[in-house]
Amino acid sequence: MTTTPPLKKVSAKPDLLLSTEHSLCPGCGEPLALRTILELVDELDLRDRTICVCGIGCYTAFPGIIDVDVLQALHGRAPSVATGAKRVLADRFVFTLQGDGDMVNEGLQEIIHCAARGEKFTAVLLNNGVFGETGGHMTATSVLGQRTKTTMATGRVPELHGWPIKIADLLAQVDGTAYVARGAMHTPAAIKWTKQCLRDAFRAQLDGKGFSLVEILTMCPTDWYVEPTETPDWVERNFAPSYPLRVIKSL
Amino acid sequence: MSATGGTTRSRRVLMEGSHAIAEAAIQSGCRFYAGYPITPSTEILEYMSFRQPQVGGVCVNAESEIEAINMVWGAAGCGVRAMIASTGQGISLMQESLAELSNAEIPCVVVNMMRGQSDYYQATRGGGHGDYRHLVLAPHTVQEAVDLIALAFQLGDQWRTPVDVLGDFVLGHTSEAVEFPVLRESDLPPKPWAATGARGRRAHNVTPLGSPEKLHLEHGAHFNAMSEKCARMSTEKRCETGLLDDAEVAVVAFGSPARFVKYAIRQCRTRGLKVGWIRPITLWPFPDEVVAAAASRVRAIAVFEQNAGQMIDDVRLAVLGRAPVPAIGGISHDHSGFGVGPLLEPATIIRRITDVYEGKAAA
Amino acid sequence: MPRQPATVTIDIERCKGCVLCVEVCPPRVLVMTDHEVNAMGYRYPVLEEGCTGCELCFRICPDFCFEVYRGASEEATAS
Repeated sequence: MTTTPPLKKVSAKPDLLLSTEHSLCPGCGEPLALRTILELVDELDLRDRTICVCGIGCYTAFPGIIDVDVLQALHGRAPSVATGAKRVLADRFVFTLQGDGDMVNEGLQEIIHCAARGEKFTAVLLNNGVFGETGGHMTATSVLGQRTKTTMATGRVPELHGWPIKIADLLAQVDGTAYVARGAMHTPAAIKWTKQCLRDAFRAQLDGKGFSLVEILTMCPTDWYVEPTETPDWVERNFAPSYPLRVIKSL
Repeated sequence: MSATGGTTRSRRVLMEGSHAIAEAAIQSGCRFYAGYPITPSTEILEYMSFRQPQVGGVCVNAESEIEAINMVWGAAGCGVRAMIASTGQGISLMQESLAELSNAEIPCVVVNMMRGQSDYYQATRGGGHGDYRHLVLAPHTVQEAVDLIALAFQLGDQWRTPVDVLGDFVLGHTSEAVEFPVLRESDLPPKPWAATGARGRRAHNVTPLGSPEKLHLEHGAHFNAMSEKCARMSTEKRCETGLLDDAEVAVVAFGSPARFVKYAIRQCRTRGLKVGWIRPITLWPFPDEVVAAAASRVRAIAVFEQNAGQMIDDVRLAVLGRAPVPAIGGISHDHSGFGVGPLLEPATIIRRITDVYEGKAAA
Repeated sequence: MPRQPATVTIDIERCKGCVLCVEVCPPRVLVMTDHEVNAMGYRYPVLEEGCTGCELCFRICPDFCFEVYRGASEEATAS
């Protein structure tokens, strides 16, 4: 008779996650980004000196369930709040958590200035191409052809709605930026790859190199009008062509 | 008006109002300043840009007022005394943040160097959304501005609220000999609520949204609690009165114009007119009891302010019809638009007060 | 070649029925319920024989439902 060896737990929710109960939609990519970040904060032993500056969006639900200090900012304003925090507490680890509506619509001016000033925090962009929390409206990153609550009849067309802003590529051109990468959460492989980008971005801050940004494409089945299981394909066919996954800048 | 917060005072130095306001903040332990150039507050930003690095602090010339107030939000949210200065237009840009700083209970000092006095409503009603109120202080001399800056930081930390200090172009560009209350590092109150990295304790969430765990249930409870706090802050009323005991007419004025009004009233007294003044130092909470008490004794309460009539509403609310409340101020600018207008002329003010005294002014 | 012993636990009350785990599982050992639903009203996955402990379900689940267990002889580390 063979005996079964005892099984060891190899994966579990991050220790820094205080609760697995959240109200985000089935199949949402944002909790995956949160998990990845919390795992890293724990692995790099940063909990005790981390200050998360959270923007306004669906992810605003997260500060209540994470075991790190949080400054909740207003819509678009997280980079400025992070600037104030990092300037007065320079040895703390400061990162922003922002959606595309927050960073690229409301807060476009300040993310560019923070990058140009080389503010030494890490900005994390959760990009799902919509204003999710208000019900799925067009943002500056919505792709051409994308149907949203404000582009429903035609999908996004340049004559009516202009073109998307590719903020990561823009910021990579700004002096003061040390690390820019774009990842995604739509497959386990992409999640793993993105975690390495986040690790490198965090390292750029810890080494004092300057401003760092990781854009993370996240799935939003609700406002893409698809089933959750169709979102990996949606990312690859509709989203990633405008926002290719790559390390854009690494000093 | 005595200084608060520090027992040591510096030697007297001759300083321009804007610079004195900035130095007073430095001496109160302010180690973060963000601002945007806008007349007549710009000299505060200039001064801070060289002075903050000297004391190991930070000054950021931000890309707009909106970013500047949010940088203050971040620094203050981490427990550092932080300040911003602007004028009415810039304060307008900051309104969402000013309203939400109250909800987040983040202390900071917001200086409005006004162009005239047309920002009274903006400051006292809360120019932003919601039911909040800031404490609002109005100095009339450079020395008082220094003392009120120190008081603003102290009250802000005590109540965990933004505190507005209203100066103006005249104050900013008037030079006086001033002495500063000097705060020791050890006098700074602890801020156990701040976001500093959660070493050795559970994590803090410094947020305007109320308790995030039960956001949907407790949202209303949070706003009610903030509103109740405002009611408790109304114990911070401050006011200066002069020559009021036997006065037949009282004049209410605040800020730099009050200096002119006090001079005019003294001139009236030499001509036998029994006039006194009431000078609110806190515009919010408004010293309504002082005004109400005077209303039962005088024939009229005149209001001199450099705007279309804003503080006069609070005076009328306090008087409640017991006496006529004539407006004897008005909008007054020179060609610059920065508020040093022809109305700030003692002879004009004396004439208007005399008209009220002799029953010639409409209430 | 003997397969390593492995299994997952599933917090079915947290599941929102997104089915991402089912799609991503290489040996296809996760199957959604037909009629059973959790307290939120969602169908949820049930584990069948053949789990390899690859952790892909854990990685793709937005609701932190999975814990993955592998044989102790492995020098296994969480991803």
